[in-house]
Amino acid sequence: MTARLLHNRTFHGFLFSAPLLALFGAFVIYPMGFGIYYALDRDSYRALFTDPIFLQTVWNTVWYVGVAVNVKLFLALLLSGILDYPYRWIRVLSALFLIPWAIPALPGILSFRWMLNSQWGIFNYLLTRFGLPSVPWLAQHDTALGAIMVFHVWKYLPFWTIIFLAGRRAIPKELYEAAAIDGAQPVQNFRYVTFPLLRNLYLICTLLSMVFTLGDFTVPWLLAGGAPGDSTHVLATLAYRYTFQMGRLEWGMATFAVALPVTLLFIFILLRWVKI
Amino acid sequence: MNAGGQRRKRILVQVGFSSIAVLILAWTLFPAYYMVLLSLTPTDDLFRPGLYIEHPTLRSYIYTMGQDNPFVRYFWQQIGTSLIVALWTMAAVIVIASLGSFAMARIHFRFRRFISGLTLFTYIIPASFLSIPFFKMMADYDLIDTKLALVLAMVTFASPYALWVLSDYARTLPPEIEEAGAIDGAGVTTTFFYLYLPLILPPLIAIGTYAFLYAWNEYLYALLLLTGEQRIPLPVAMGNFLTTDNAPWNLLMAVSTVYAIPPVILYYCFKRYLVSGLVSGAVAGT
Repeated sequence: MTARLLHNRTFHGFLFSAPLLALFGAFVIYPMGFGIYYALDRDSYRALFTDPIFLQTVWNTVWYVGVAVNVKLFLALLLSGILDYPYRWIRVLSALFLIPWAIPALPGILSFRWMLNSQWGIFNYLLTRFGLPSVPWLAQHDTALGAIMVFHVWKYLPFWTIIFLAGRRAIPKELYEAAAIDGAQPVQNFRYVTFPLLRNLYLICTLLSMVFTLGDFTVPWLLAGGAPGDSTHVLATLAYRYTFQMGRLEWGMATFAVALPVTLLFIFILLRWVKI
Repeated sequence: MNAGGQRRKRILVQVGFSSIAVLILAWTLFPAYYMVLLSLTPTDDLFRPGLYIEHPTLRSYIYTMGQDNPFVRYFWQQIGTSLIVALWTMAAVIVIASLGSFAMARIHFRFRRFISGLTLFTYIIPASFLSIPFFKMMADYDLIDTKLALVLAMVTFASPYALWVLSDYARTLPPEIEEAGAIDGAGVTTTFFYLYLPLILPPLIAIGTYAFLYAWNEYLYALLLLTGEQRIPLPVAMGNFLTTDNAPWNLLMAVSTVYAIPPVILYYCFKRYLVSGLVSGAVAGT
């Protein structure tokens, strides 16, 4: 009887998750196996690691993921503290603050791109107005990569700020009341109450955001497109270049495969941490 | 003396707060403001940058709406493609996630954890990592340049989060649903359709919005899977503006503004739902 019920339950579980399983099987597991099969070709790696553009790209990606994500999350942590104050104008501010998150990435990127135009962009216009030399923002490696990072922070800061805000609001009020009885000041509140309770959330968000950003294509591609001279590629844009502009499918797959071990490690840690 | 010091401190705090607020607002709004500003700029003034414009004009919008420029020749067709793909994605995600969430939240079956692990894995792994094999696969099945290919990709990558939000909500429902169903002699299917579905309607609307926006905003997969001016969705067409040297930026910004309006409206209507899922998952996991 029990065995039959169990059997029944398993059957129903699979029945209702069948579309989901079919979808993941066909469009996640299968392409992934497929991709790994192509990425097993050792010659691709020999080609990649002797290509100076590839090595530059790995560095760019490490910088992009390491700097942009951490700056963004640190700012988000600070801002969530400000947006947590219960004033009415703060509520107006936090509503307006969501605009970059609501606007699709593409229009924002295009707006940035025109603002950074070396001849007719608003930034160089303002710089020259104040007697400073104009900067070819997107025509040199450092500032172009910087622009990509700044855009990333602009676009995704609101989202993570909301997450941290929710995290702060989940902290029981009694803890702050107890701290107030002990005479705690705002800094001590943060040090002894807020931070210890937000630490895990902060770490999870860091890992999650790093993995998401590791595969970012749209921002680097549309803001700089690898220019100048293919020096600002990240993994995803370089894989696109290899595959669709040079016709080297196996190099494109190998580019992603290089990032796979660290990605899988992050995902493994996340799967253990996040309750599902 | 003490009161004066207190007041000075309060004023200082207020000044500090206000300047931070102004800074945040300028940082947040300027790119959006500049986009709208450029869209209203007459072509003659385009190469004279400034923080405001003297003669705003709606001409770029009129050209866009009337498809009266080679760059926006297929504007309505392209926005139509974006809309159709987004709506199909929304419909498919709603069906798949509501079925899946019933299994994940209400049926305690053996391989549940395995499936939820797989779901989370799909949510976390960057979609771009799978883009090339996905493209190859669609090419093998001769599905390149069909909307179906893009819809399949979007459904795949939008489903995990939708499933997560729905299952999270569904777990908070009382166990009486199944019990009531059992008393009335209803089977699992009946329980799902008549008891479960009406109860998850609010988050269902939210995840529908999420899926719609996911597909509407997508660039990479749209770029890979659809080609040709008449078949590409709007974002790809906008990206193609950049391949020419003399792109009309005021026109491009008018298209950008039109493209950004639906998501902005939807985000502000549903913002509470759109983050609550991830937040509750992450916060609860700590």
